[in-house]
Amino acid sequence: MPLKTVYKAQIENLQVLDENGVFDEKLAPEGKPERLADDQALEAYKFMIVCRHLDEVAFKLQRSGRMGTYPQNKGQEAAALGVALAARKGEDFFCPCYRENAALWWHGLPMHYILLHWMGDERGNQIPEGVRMTPLSIPIGTQMLHATGIAWAYKIRKEPRVAITFFGDGATSEGDFHEAMNFASTLQVPCVFICQNNHWAISVPREIQMNSETVAQKAIAYGMPTIQVDGNDLFAVYKAAREAIERARAGGGPSFIEAVTYRLGDHTTADDARRYRDPNEVEAWIGKDPMIRLRKYLSARGLWDDARQAEHEEKAKVIVSEVVKTAEGIEKPTTDDIFDHTFAGPLPVELERQKATMRTSSLGQEPEQAGLSGEARRM
Amino acid sequence: MPRSDMMIEKGLTLVDAINEALAQEMEHDQRVILLGEDVGLNGGVFRVTDGLQKRFGVDRVVDTPLAESGIMGTAIGLAMAGMRPIPEIQFEGFLGPAYDQLTNHAARYRTRSRGAITIPLTVRVPVGGGIHAPELHSDSPEAIYAHTPGLKVVMPSTPYDAKGLLIASIRDPDPVIFFEPKRVYRSFREHIPEEEYTIPIGQAKVVSEGTDLTVVTWGASVFECLAALDRMPEDVSVELIDLRTIYPFDADAVVESVRKTGRCVVVHEAPKTAGMGAEISSIIQEHCFLHLKSPVQRVAGFDTVMPYYKLELDYLPDATRIAESIQQTLAY
Repeated sequence: MPLKTVYKAQIENLQVLDENGVFDEKLAPEGKPERLADDQALEAYKFMIVCRHLDEVAFKLQRSGRMGTYPQNKGQEAAALGVALAARKGEDFFCPCYRENAALWWHGLPMHYILLHWMGDERGNQIPEGVRMTPLSIPIGTQMLHATGIAWAYKIRKEPRVAITFFGDGATSEGDFHEAMNFASTLQVPCVFICQNNHWAISVPREIQMNSETVAQKAIAYGMPTIQVDGNDLFAVYKAAREAIERARAGGGPSFIEAVTYRLGDHTTADDARRYRDPNEVEAWIGKDPMIRLRKYLSARGLWDDARQAEHEEKAKVIVSEVVKTAEGIEKPTTDDIFDHTFAGPLPVELERQKATMRTSSLGQEPEQAGLSGEARRM
Repeated sequence: MPRSDMMIEKGLTLVDAINEALAQEMEHDQRVILLGEDVGLNGGVFRVTDGLQKRFGVDRVVDTPLAESGIMGTAIGLAMAGMRPIPEIQFEGFLGPAYDQLTNHAARYRTRSRGAITIPLTVRVPVGGGIHAPELHSDSPEAIYAHTPGLKVVMPSTPYDAKGLLIASIRDPDPVIFFEPKRVYRSFREHIPEEEYTIPIGQAKVVSEGTDLTVVTWGASVFECLAALDRMPEDVSVELIDLRTIYPFDADAVVESVRKTGRCVVVHEAPKTAGMGAEISSIIQEHCFLHLKSPVQRVAGFDTVMPYYKLELDYLPDATRIAESIQQTLAY
């Protein structure tokens, strides 16, 4: 038996708009569906201004004690929004982690929900009817299986929908990542896996997280189409996501996209990345900010200028201040909420009892045994 | 699917009853699908799903990759998207890898989304010892899941109860863990209705009425308790309660009985410390304190690792230990 190669693989990297604003016309020709049209790119940029401003304000809310821990999204807006633009609103479904706010807002999640979540109020997870997503997922990597299951239901019911899940580079070390990829691929469900490789899982860099050259190559083991894209390039993310989503919709099964980006902020407001990150590295990535290159692109096409920038920054301030006002204006939930959503059906007797006596002793449940009489009756 | 001659003549085993319940629910509800390891072509390692893939097709009775978290996590996604998945975890010892998805996601999703997302899934799990199985095939982890807010925990002991409780579990809008005591799978047959029926989750059953002492148990231990009762002198009257649902359990049935008898023995296979016996004893002292004539006794597995099968019958509560405990409690 001769020694022979039975499998060969390669990973492609896609960049359409580089950090200097130079656009590769061959990769995304004008007028083609894989290229974001001017009006879409313009809307996306305006939206990113609002997202970035809300992100900065959220940081300040935490620092001033008006909100709990918050994970900044700064720098990763293109990776989220590029995918969101390629998906169908009201049709496709998102299973996010917590650094894709832009995608969720674009697909209809009221902006104050995210603040409410980080303000310690579960109503920030109470996804409104018609908005198709799960709430933010805090433990790492568990939501990919949910997306796979949702996509599986679409396949069973022959619905032309796609489930899209976001996660970070660190999440690809979790067992659930591998199980989700394997289930999705063996079942050939319409699911798109988006890894936002932002280089850092709290303090652990990608090089320590994994020994593979790319994250994208992990999908090869599952027989899944895979690509690495410049995650700070809205056009590259859009092109790759569109291809993956439409392939899934057409019955072509799942795909994987590694969006290479960078976490410009700390992991969360409870973290101090200066303890473990080289400031020169951060400085270099600030230059690759997805918003800078998109602004250059729009300016070069005569669609943007300093006056518009100033005008939209002002607009963003107004929008964000309304969002904060809405979130802070929502009254504290009632203590009934602790109990009432545990089950869809009626509360079990013991839970009813606990709810009714939550401010008293358990002996109050049995007045005659506690030596109480008359009015105090057993629930 | 017509019943076999054997079923018509002699009745159904627990396995037959569960199989029939699954088939009938799949028949009338297209949202119901089965998923798990070997549940398809092979019909499950205990043959509980035998014939179902042939009847309902490979898209509704699905042999999944060998990954319990994957089974549970995708079942959650299916449930979120409006299906009624019934995942099978092959043995209770393999719940470990599925634990995170079951407890941190299936159980919590409704509360954390304030009712926006509900997870109607029923996970079937063979449970308990006594069948000479290998390591990690004989545990009794029901208390772990009873201690998990948002889950319902069911463990029937008879074919009749298994069919009615399984149908109720599948139709329940919340996640249910349905434990099937494997020692009872084929231990006896019972004539049960062919048409569908439900038994409410949370309702205990009085197996035999009595006035001197209450025995509370569930799962395969019901039959050890019945054997113990057979050894009692004629003038001793014991009330035997099969809890059937572990969470939310029927405290009213227990309390009512112990108020009448004043004495109670709780029997379970699971380790004693922080087992369900502890919770039941606590409920009894909260609600029956002035009625008690003796301390509540627990006959349980030990706070040890479940031994391999050469010693498993020394570990499991048997009729002798149970009878001894009943007599001690009566003599207190």
